[in-house]
Amino acid sequence: MGIRERLSGNEAAATAMKQINPDVVAAFPITPSTEIPQYFSSFVSNGTVDTEFVAVESEHSAMSACIGAEAAGARAMTATSANGLSLMWEMIYIASSLRLPIVMSLVNRAVSGPLNIHNDHSDAMGVRDSGWIQLFSENNQEAYDNLLMAHRIAEHKDVLLPLMVCQDGFITSHSIENIELLEDEKVKDFIGTYKPEHYLLNNKEPIAIGPLDLQSYLFEHKRAQSEAMKNAKKVIIDVANDFEKMTGRHYGFFEEYRMDDSQLVIVCMNSTAGTAKYTADRLREEGIKAGVLKIRVFRPFPSEEIAKALAGQKAVAVLDKSDSLNAAGGALFEDVTSAMFVNGISVPTVNYIYGIGGRDTTEADIRSVYKDLVEIAESGKLENPYRYLGVRSK
Amino acid sequence: MSDLIEIRWHGRGGQGAKTASLLLADAAFNTGKYIQGFPEYGPERMGAPITAYNRISSSPITIHSNIYNPDYVVVVDDTLLESVPVTDGLKEEGAIIINTTKDANYLRSVLKGYNGAIYSIDARKVSMETLGKYFPNTPMLAAVVKVSKIMPEEDFIKDMIGSFRHKFAKKPEVIEGNMKALEMAMKEVRKI
Repeated sequence: MGIRERLSGNEAAATAMKQINPDVVAAFPITPSTEIPQYFSSFVSNGTVDTEFVAVESEHSAMSACIGAEAAGARAMTATSANGLSLMWEMIYIASSLRLPIVMSLVNRAVSGPLNIHNDHSDAMGVRDSGWIQLFSENNQEAYDNLLMAHRIAEHKDVLLPLMVCQDGFITSHSIENIELLEDEKVKDFIGTYKPEHYLLNNKEPIAIGPLDLQSYLFEHKRAQSEAMKNAKKVIIDVANDFEKMTGRHYGFFEEYRMDDSQLVIVCMNSTAGTAKYTADRLREEGIKAGVLKIRVFRPFPSEEIAKALAGQKAVAVLDKSDSLNAAGGALFEDVTSAMFVNGISVPTVNYIYGIGGRDTTEADIRSVYKDLVEIAESGKLENPYRYLGVRSK
Repeated sequence: MSDLIEIRWHGRGGQGAKTASLLLADAAFNTGKYIQGFPEYGPERMGAPITAYNRISSSPITIHSNIYNPDYVVVVDDTLLESVPVTDGLKEEGAIIINTTKDANYLRSVLKGYNGAIYSIDARKVSMETLGKYFPNTPMLAAVVKVSKIMPEEDFIKDMIGSFRHKFAKKPEVIEGNMKALEMAMKEVRKI
């Protein structure tokens, strides 16, 4: 079962979109996600999909067109990176507030400036509080699988939130790797047709979307969005279970790699998790009980589950590929340590800002983190929790 | 992961090092391997030094970083030898394969400090004789397959016919020349 292929991460995302065959795709090209709308527009030209492709003049318009299409009752998708997402910013919040389950492929890249086209997670972190579900992908396979699960999650009546699938720019988006694809028919059956309950083109139910919402209602609507984000947790797991039945590939909120008996754990997202797994395997041969907790679902944040998974470890390192520039650690670190504190779990935990602007993260870098964790575990001391990995000091 | 092979390509923009790394990934994939093929992206300029990478293994590959300790290095343009540290981290039990007409003494002196095997091939000659134009990447692709023994030569040749038919669907007249370039390169590459 499955089709053995080799694709880049961008090809994988475009293939998923082809198989999803959404009603509307509106996108504006930006490195390193350019290939996604490029490949997709060729599917449109070849008649492989019957999507309405809207070649807009900016990302603000791309998201606006997705909002219009989704509100009308259509299934809409887009792809972008970094400054493209920045230009969408205003509409990103409107998409989630209007409860429109738009799906985006976000190929993570550093937000300028100065100008940098390479990978970090500053784009995704910038919209972490915008009410979008955020799934992260270690490789092309996960970028593909997460997109195939996206609509089932986003469109669920208990959720109705937009969703972005993240992968690392260039590192996975432009690397050719093995992948197992599903047959078109299986994808079609798995995703099903989009049947919105309320939509603008329903002449039997005239509605307004996005009118004025002042002191007497906005709070309740925001609270409802928050509840939807909580509801998404169950839906994400239900959809993952169905996906596993079809493919044999297991997905949860996060992956626990060699954590059955681990003592030292690195928490990270996207492609670095693969390098961390590779390094953990080698350290195991040297008798170091290394483990990796790879976050897949960043929004909603699975606080309780992460705290439970980290309970009993001797030391934990959280790797943030985006600097919050707040003198108090990266976003993932704050979420993980908050989760541990609230759930009464006390494990020495250290933060590393790493990989900014595409700085390569190597096996040696990951080894140095585990080495620090060995010291922290042995001494029980953690003097500076806010650290950097791979940055020059001069 | 013990059979993981890592290859680093050095070339100049426009010479096809990236394409060669993707073709190698393709060929290894077609023999059932797990593969990675990726270039190091920078400003794209004709003639600027570029690097591309391959990982090939019989088990899944999870590491996602550039390659610092390659088993093999392929140098598509010998003018890079004096400006780019091509042997950095190269394993001594591995090999460097260079497109060059320079003699052994020059190569040993320019690569001083590196004690592993050196292979050379005149990819220009191969390319001119088979394609009538200078496309060094096809001969270098064959040379690295020959030296690294990543896959049986016959399987590689058989597979490449399919790859070229796909790649050159719009200019089938160059397929035969490229196949000849592969076969000739296999014979021409030699250890110095």
